[in-house]
Amino acid sequence: MEQNPKIKLIHNPRFRSLVIQAMLLTAFVVLAGFAISNTARNLEKAGITSGFGFLKEVAGFDVSLALIGYSRSASYGRAFMVGLLNTLLVSSLAIFFSTILGFLLGIARLSGNWLVSRMAVVYIEIIRNVPLLLQILFWYIAILNPLPRPRQALNLTDMFFLCNRGLILPRPVGEPGFIVTPAALLMAVAASAALIRWAGRRQLRTGLRFPAYYTAAGLIIGLPLLALAVTGFPVHWDIPVLKGFNFRGGMTVLPEFIALCLALSLYAAAFIGENVRSGIMSVDRGQIEAARALGHRPGMTLRLVVIPQAMRVIIPPLTSQHLTLVKNSSLAVVIGYPDLIHVFAGTTLNQTGQAVEIISVTMLVYLTISLIISMIMNRYNKKYAIRGR
Amino acid sequence: MTVKWIPGPDLPPPSLETGVWGWLKKNLFSSVPNTVLTLLGIFFIVATVPPFVRWAFLNATWLGETREACTCMAEDAPGACWVFIKVRLGMFMYGFYPEAERWRVNLTLLFFALGMLPILLHDRLARGKAETGLAVLSAIIVFMLFGGIAGSVAALFFLGPFGLSRTDFSGLFAAADGRRIRRAGPLLSGVLVCVAAVRFAESGAGSIAASVTLLLMFGTLIRKASVRTWQWIFLFCIYPFIAYHLLMGDAFGLPFVDTHMWGGMFLTLVIAGIGIATSLPIGILLALGRRSEMTAVRTLCVCFIELIRGVPLISVLFMASVMLPLFLPEGTQFNKLLRALIGVALFYAAYMAEVIRGGLQAMPKGQYEAAEALGLGYWRMMGLVILPQTLRLVIPGIVNTFLGLFKDTTLVAVIGLMDMLGIVKTALADTEWLGFPKEAYVFAAAVYWIFCFGMSRYSMYLEGRFQVKRR
Repeated sequence: MEQNPKIKLIHNPRFRSLVIQAMLLTAFVVLAGFAISNTARNLEKAGITSGFGFLKEVAGFDVSLALIGYSRSASYGRAFMVGLLNTLLVSSLAIFFSTILGFLLGIARLSGNWLVSRMAVVYIEIIRNVPLLLQILFWYIAILNPLPRPRQALNLTDMFFLCNRGLILPRPVGEPGFIVTPAALLMAVAASAALIRWAGRRQLRTGLRFPAYYTAAGLIIGLPLLALAVTGFPVHWDIPVLKGFNFRGGMTVLPEFIALCLALSLYAAAFIGENVRSGIMSVDRGQIEAARALGHRPGMTLRLVVIPQAMRVIIPPLTSQHLTLVKNSSLAVVIGYPDLIHVFAGTTLNQTGQAVEIISVTMLVYLTISLIISMIMNRYNKKYAIRGR
Repeated sequence: MTVKWIPGPDLPPPSLETGVWGWLKKNLFSSVPNTVLTLLGIFFIVATVPPFVRWAFLNATWLGETREACTCMAEDAPGACWVFIKVRLGMFMYGFYPEAERWRVNLTLLFFALGMLPILLHDRLARGKAETGLAVLSAIIVFMLFGGIAGSVAALFFLGPFGLSRTDFSGLFAAADGRRIRRAGPLLSGVLVCVAAVRFAESGAGSIAASVTLLLMFGTLIRKASVRTWQWIFLFCIYPFIAYHLLMGDAFGLPFVDTHMWGGMFLTLVIAGIGIATSLPIGILLALGRRSEMTAVRTLCVCFIELIRGVPLISVLFMASVMLPLFLPEGTQFNKLLRALIGVALFYAAYMAEVIRGGLQAMPKGQYEAAEALGLGYWRMMGLVILPQTLRLVIPGIVNTFLGLFKDTTLVAVIGLMDMLGIVKTALADTEWLGFPKEAYVFAAAVYWIFCFGMSRYSMYLEGRFQVKRR
């Protein structure tokens, strides 16, 4: 049908959509330009040169926890790396603990044991409904700060001490030849992974079963021990000793670290527990009945039928919980744990005033972490999503 | 000849299978591992609950006004010092808001409650119950204005008929016809609110109070379909102005109270309320934009949502407090509270957009086609057909986001605002009251818990209500 020329151009949907988009883009560009020119003028007025040159300058401040070599005379770039590593350290530990605790909670909620499931419900309802920041502050200020001073530290077998400086543990010190042990551990892990793959394939092909998991556990524990024994135990423990007002030797876990890790793990576990519960509940009852009808024992039903199907539902929200946890680790700034935000967007920003660069880099780092995790999740989803639905 | 077979009476079930013992056996001691778990659980409860109860209630100090009242706590029987909370309660609730002006905060919250109640309890609030609610609120107003004695008299007067009509004593009071008093309830409460308004007229807020009273009476007395519309208009158009002038002052003869004096639970509620009220509409627009067919609109929305969702709220707040002033022409003064509000609203709008997008995707295509077939344009199609169904579908997600927002208002303490947590921190630094962090944080946690738990229960109630309607 030919278009009626009398219909005004403004009533043509395509033309209208083009006009709206053009207007929107123009408004966006004008606003962005306005903001950029203002920023440039404001920065000029404050005497701040933009750019990333400041990263090479000397930082001049101390950081209470550094995984890589760091001193006052190190550069801002180095401080950035220290902060980033601290964020990753506390996030990965908290992810580890929260996942384990979360799975336990999810299973406990579904337990036939009335007391256990009630206790899990109470835990989840209390933890979920109290702000995380408050929990972090509670652990740090109300529990860990009032601990006794090093002289009156809580003492466990003269090796572990808990005081207001943190948790003091013996530190393993490797002598020459110690390097063999971690190498053996690495080898054991690689070999176990290969073994499990091989056993799975063989079972699919021939139906013969191989106790791959027990063997793997034996390998991972046995091989490093063997390496230690062969090299003659080249390791000794640096045991902390009270000298004056503080401990010497050993290693100290900062109270900030304990509080943050504890609060993050406990908080995320409550949410993960709910995810796990909904995942397990999503497995159709008929599946379990079918497995029992085939003669599987309860343990095998769980391992071969329930868990694989539940994991498909659990994994996506689980990864997004982990993502939230990484972002929540930025709350470290309130108790002074030297994470990325504290070191970089806090101290460095205050010293240099490079607001635009620092905030954008910080956001970019978190964005990258998010994108990497969600990319992994998408790949997992693609691999395990139910096909044909 | 037939022999009639008479069955003997049934044996009672084994005593271990029924009653308390049966329940215990089934739920707690069904197998050896279960028994072990139960014993472990009991051990855990015994190890944690009694010490906490002893600390929080039995050994705690409730009475007194000074720190000395609490020092009698023995070392071996530690107890909480709730006196600290009692002394600081005003600060925890209102921050540094001048004590003489705190009635303004109360009045603002009261107006909010009045505005929200009919919406929140839509179908619970039948005619009679609406009157009950109004009577309770009137009693509270009287209590706040004229003190305890007048308040309890008013409560008796207003609530008596409702309480009595539900008990068997109502016959005793046949002379005082409960129904007639109930009819008079709204009128009387309106008169009382007017009295309150006149009282405030001395301090200059009379005009506001009187107009609000009229509006409220209008809204509660006329109960027709238009009332619901009116309620929303009141909440989103009239109420913000009233609240702004009431809280900030500097108008109608009220003294000016700057936002840096605001604090405590009051500030938390302000941030959460404004955050919720703004993030939902922005989120809806973003979600619509993300599903738009216009490439430029879609790209902008996707970029915004993904950028915000990928970063922590702290960094957004830092950006709002550090970078926002840089973007504006120099000399532009920018309120710190406003900056935090912009950060919170934009951050949660992105999350809200994703929740609503989920609902939009779940909407069957037929609904769009039907709306188009009726000749509705884009906005009318969305507003009248698609969005009402979508929002109903995603209520749990929306409430979850609200809960997250409420909990995350605590983060504004990081950029120096005195919300509940910020106030707790300053109160702990007071040299006169050193050493009570546990009490302060347990109290704050309890307050937050009540709010969040209530909200999640309310969401369940809403879900149930809408599910019934859909069937």
